[in-house]
Amino acid sequence: MPADLPLRPVLLRWMVGGEWRAHPGRVIVAALAIAIGVALGYAVHLVNRSALDEFARAVQSVSGEADLQVHATQAAGFDEALYPKLARLPGIAHASPVVEVQATLPDRSQITLLGLDVFRAAQVTPGLIGRPAGNPGQGLRDMALGEDAIYLSQSALLASKTPFGQPLTLSTAKGHYAARLAGTLPGLGPNRRVAVMDIATAQWRFGTPGRLQRIDLALRPGVSLARLEDDIRKVLPPDAELVTPKSEARRSDSLSRAYRVNLEMLAMVALLTGGFLVYSAQSLSVARRRSQFALLRVLGLSQRGLLTQILLEGFAVGVIGALGGLLLGLGLATAALQLLGGDLGGGFFAGSRPELSFDPLATGVFLGLGLAVAMAGSLWPALEAGKVQPAVALKTSGDTVDPRHRPSLVWPMILLGAGGLAALAPPILDLPLFGYGAMALTLAGGIGAMPWLARTLLSPLNRLNNLLPAPYLAIRRLWGAPGQAAVALCGIVASTSLMVAMAIMVSSFRGSVDDWLVQLLPSDVYLRVAGAETGGLDPTAQARLAALPGLARIQFRRSLTLRLSHDQPPITLIATPIDRQNPGRSLTLVRQARAPTGSQVPVWVSEPMSRLYHVKSGDTFVLPLGGKTHRVFVAGVWRDYSRPFGAVAMDAVAYTRMTGDTGRSEAAIDLKPGVAAAGVLPVLRAALPADLADRTDLALPKDLRRMALTIFDRSFAMTYALEAIAILVGMAGVAATFSAQTLARTREFGMLRHIGVTRGQVLAMLALEGGLLGAVGSLAGLALGAVMGQILIQVINPQSFNWTMDTRWPFTLFGLLVAALITAAAGTAVLAGRSALSGDAIRSVREDW
Amino acid sequence: MRHFHKPLLVLLAAVFLAGAAPVTFPKVEPRPTFTFPRDHGAHPAFRTEWWYVTGWLKTQDGRDLGVQVTFFRSRTGLGAENPSRFAPQQILFAHAALSDPAIGHLVHDQRISRQGFGLAEAAMTDTAIVLDDWSLNREASGTFKTRVRSSDFDLDLTLDPTQPVLRQGLAGYSQKGPKPEQASYYFTLPHLRVTGTITQGGKRVPVTGEAWLDREWSSTLLDPRAVGWDWVGLNLDDGSALTAFQVRDKSGAPVWAGGSLRTSTGQTTVLGPGDVAFATRRTWHSPRTGTDYPVERSLTIKTPGGPRQWTLKPLMADSELDSRRGGGPVYWEGAVRTEGGRGFLELTGYLTPLSL
Repeated sequence: MPADLPLRPVLLRWMVGGEWRAHPGRVIVAALAIAIGVALGYAVHLVNRSALDEFARAVQSVSGEADLQVHATQAAGFDEALYPKLARLPGIAHASPVVEVQATLPDRSQITLLGLDVFRAAQVTPGLIGRPAGNPGQGLRDMALGEDAIYLSQSALLASKTPFGQPLTLSTAKGHYAARLAGTLPGLGPNRRVAVMDIATAQWRFGTPGRLQRIDLALRPGVSLARLEDDIRKVLPPDAELVTPKSEARRSDSLSRAYRVNLEMLAMVALLTGGFLVYSAQSLSVARRRSQFALLRVLGLSQRGLLTQILLEGFAVGVIGALGGLLLGLGLATAALQLLGGDLGGGFFAGSRPELSFDPLATGVFLGLGLAVAMAGSLWPALEAGKVQPAVALKTSGDTVDPRHRPSLVWPMILLGAGGLAALAPPILDLPLFGYGAMALTLAGGIGAMPWLARTLLSPLNRLNNLLPAPYLAIRRLWGAPGQAAVALCGIVASTSLMVAMAIMVSSFRGSVDDWLVQLLPSDVYLRVAGAETGGLDPTAQARLAALPGLARIQFRRSLTLRLSHDQPPITLIATPIDRQNPGRSLTLVRQARAPTGSQVPVWVSEPMSRLYHVKSGDTFVLPLGGKTHRVFVAGVWRDYSRPFGAVAMDAVAYTRMTGDTGRSEAAIDLKPGVAAAGVLPVLRAALPADLADRTDLALPKDLRRMALTIFDRSFAMTYALEAIAILVGMAGVAATFSAQTLARTREFGMLRHIGVTRGQVLAMLALEGGLLGAVGSLAGLALGAVMGQILIQVINPQSFNWTMDTRWPFTLFGLLVAALITAAAGTAVLAGRSALSGDAIRSVREDW
Repeated sequence: MRHFHKPLLVLLAAVFLAGAAPVTFPKVEPRPTFTFPRDHGAHPAFRTEWWYVTGWLKTQDGRDLGVQVTFFRSRTGLGAENPSRFAPQQILFAHAALSDPAIGHLVHDQRISRQGFGLAEAAMTDTAIVLDDWSLNREASGTFKTRVRSSDFDLDLTLDPTQPVLRQGLAGYSQKGPKPEQASYYFTLPHLRVTGTITQGGKRVPVTGEAWLDREWSSTLLDPRAVGWDWVGLNLDDGSALTAFQVRDKSGAPVWAGGSLRTSTGQTTVLGPGDVAFATRRTWHSPRTGTDYPVERSLTIKTPGGPRQWTLKPLMADSELDSRRGGGPVYWEGAVRTEGGRGFLELTGYLTPLSL
């Protein structure tokens, strides 16, 4: 064996430099693909992290600096008798009772109103104590005293447009109250919308007599947290729960976790597509330089040396791509935070505009991912180049795959089988990680099966004789150079299948949502009192509305949030008239249990509720309501796309019996035949209680449907964008592959011209080759995409968002897609062919020989 | 006659008044009739009220400590119509301070809360006050027990009366300004025998000593000319008890003065303006606030048997309290020795006039 060539750095510079100078476009495209993948993943991660940090800060600032908190599980709060019980527990140094309500400012913007006992808050949450305007340092005194004094955080102050000392009217479902704007809350960040006032006034004017929404706790130093938490839980009533900073973080994390992880996964798809591009660029450049490599080997470069050489080329592309991607990602994240907000349009953290938080660890991870993908993309071509016999390779630069060898289906089948198994696996940490694994395995298996499929589809064509020269040449060429055909096919299949899968998922989802909206909104007019979790329309007001002329039927509804678990976001409880015999009239049922028996109250849970809390039709579970716990029977499961954290519907009569609450916050109104909705709206509005009228929305179902679909599209905008980018990267890869392959065949074209094939016939051959590959690839991509779409619909969506949908096939889109791909493949080949054919035939043949 | 003792509270009450609904506070009338134990309890209709314990303690190893434990009640005039149990109609405030020459300055702590929920209550039937983990209770035997938990020290003290109630002023009507309505109901339990424990630095040690309990309630304010006051209460070794105070104007001249001297046999001399004279023997300069306090005084009172004089020497010159961070004033309050007796001296309004 010759000694290893001692010139490696020089060699590297020479080879990489030469290759890059000769084909800068290819290197740029490959690096760009890596950069885009890294940038997308990194940007999505940064935005998510910034949003989470912001959310944590928001929670922190409304909570103040309390060590532990006890929260009401619903807006009505818990009995204030809990306050002295907690305050007396030995491990607790101070307990600060809090009334917390959602109120609206005169400009109708929402604000969190906290009622504090300033003497207690000073010990537990000093950051929530107000500073009187023009009188710094006197907060404690003035707050204790000003019964009507209210303190606003900076952004609330701007929204209030009220000068200090002037009255500021706040509205809640309980009515209006004019407080005196006394000062600011310097302890809160500028983005918080919080108002603070005395607890007694808040409870009287906005809250419920005898009830609190929160107790903030400061612990004695050195106390055992676990034991104290046990002691606290022992005295908690059913409508209160213990919240720790940890559980609160979990809650905010689960709020948007599935959405975030899905976006990250899509970004990873983009990165993988980038990896494929590196692969195709590298394998082409390796194929073209095979004789160069053979020369080097003959001159003494070892097989390992050659491998290292090619991997280092991939590494260089990876470094450029990943670094560029990080910079691009930083820019994208900044722009996204400005334009879309912290939830990337997902609607989870409304109204927040977080600061970008830099994350060194993630920066490292994404840099590493970019490099790894680029190196992995180079690995296969490198191994292939190493295997080649230098003596053979010196002479020929043809396809290394022997066309007589029949491609094996073993590995693709193993991969596809593993994908199928992975699709059946349950979620991990509530995330469909196996589902994504199944997608990746299916994709890999599908791509792996391409050489076999191409062979199988081409063999009948190959047996055809008496063909015109162009088709004959095209088929022979594809048959004779299966390796190059496979590379091109992989690109087409990968991008088509991903595109198809996403298209199926989105069209199924949107269609299901639209159907659901139609079923959900059968009435003529909908009425909703904003922020009325308690109070709202009392029986008198309900009767007055029901007696209005023109109304055929009015169904009142109470909708309130309820916390069932201390580390899950709250669920929604809906009390509305439900016919036990025919619940499908009020709910979009997907499953129904036998009619409930005995005294158990029937409830109907939404799909997300059913999955998140593991309750099925026919189960019973404990529902804390009205300060008591009730064992309820799950009489059915209904489809719900609007409350991802779960909802429980129950009959209004049972709800009133369990809670004593006769107020309602919403109504669905059916009009008598011939009555126009437009004419009824002013009548309805006029009949509303005066203090609720300005916070009540009246809407027609078509407006609600449009609004809902707008929100749907908005929340999917980021998904669409990421997917489009992944597909574009894939398409660019296909185009680059085709043109590179075509350009590399200059000699072949020269030879063909030499033996009398016309220029037109060569172009027709290229168009046919491209078209055939496009057709095979896009059909295979469609089939693979349909499978992957089913994984998205049946596995990934239910596991991450807890809802199901009915499959809808966007056939028009498929048709367009196949046509576009065939045209693009053929067109690219022809375009590249024209430039390859532009030279003189004899010189072309001579070149390289 | 400790109406002015807790400047913080008075200030608090004054601010409360600013935004308060028109609530009528009862006036302090001459010739009160006290009934016990009821009048040991709270009088929530009046604006302010306190239970004020000052005393000298001796530890087993012979160290002298000064101690002060006070519970205040304040009716705010607020929230009268508010049905919420949090309505801040009554605020309870407690303050405790320890003079330990080994430390060299006062260590103190406080509690404040609106009354209610069993966490902060002052009973109307007898002394039974609780404010979180602090309390002051009078048992049927007449013995008082107090409990204080603070970051620097804990107190668990039993106070046994050895003498009958001392009614200050005219049978318990104590005038504190030129106008008759500037007055309070005021009685004292001097010569309380103290046993109990004090815990410092995690070490609990038994203590004995002698204390003084002032009970006072009123609805009125200081005279507008007043900027501060000096007050002293002395348990004399012969069993007599001396109370003396003066309210000062801007020039330092007395606006009003008063006090009493009760002998061990129960003979009481009531002191009025002109009967009490404080003179300064030594001042102490506070390095923290720059205030000069006349911490060593000679006190002369007129008695039917002729003028009598005592020299007051502080246990610890640095007995300054700066409560400005909590919205209160800066003042001096500490244990003092005299010939044949010991007690407590309070000096207010020496840095800035008390704004009332």
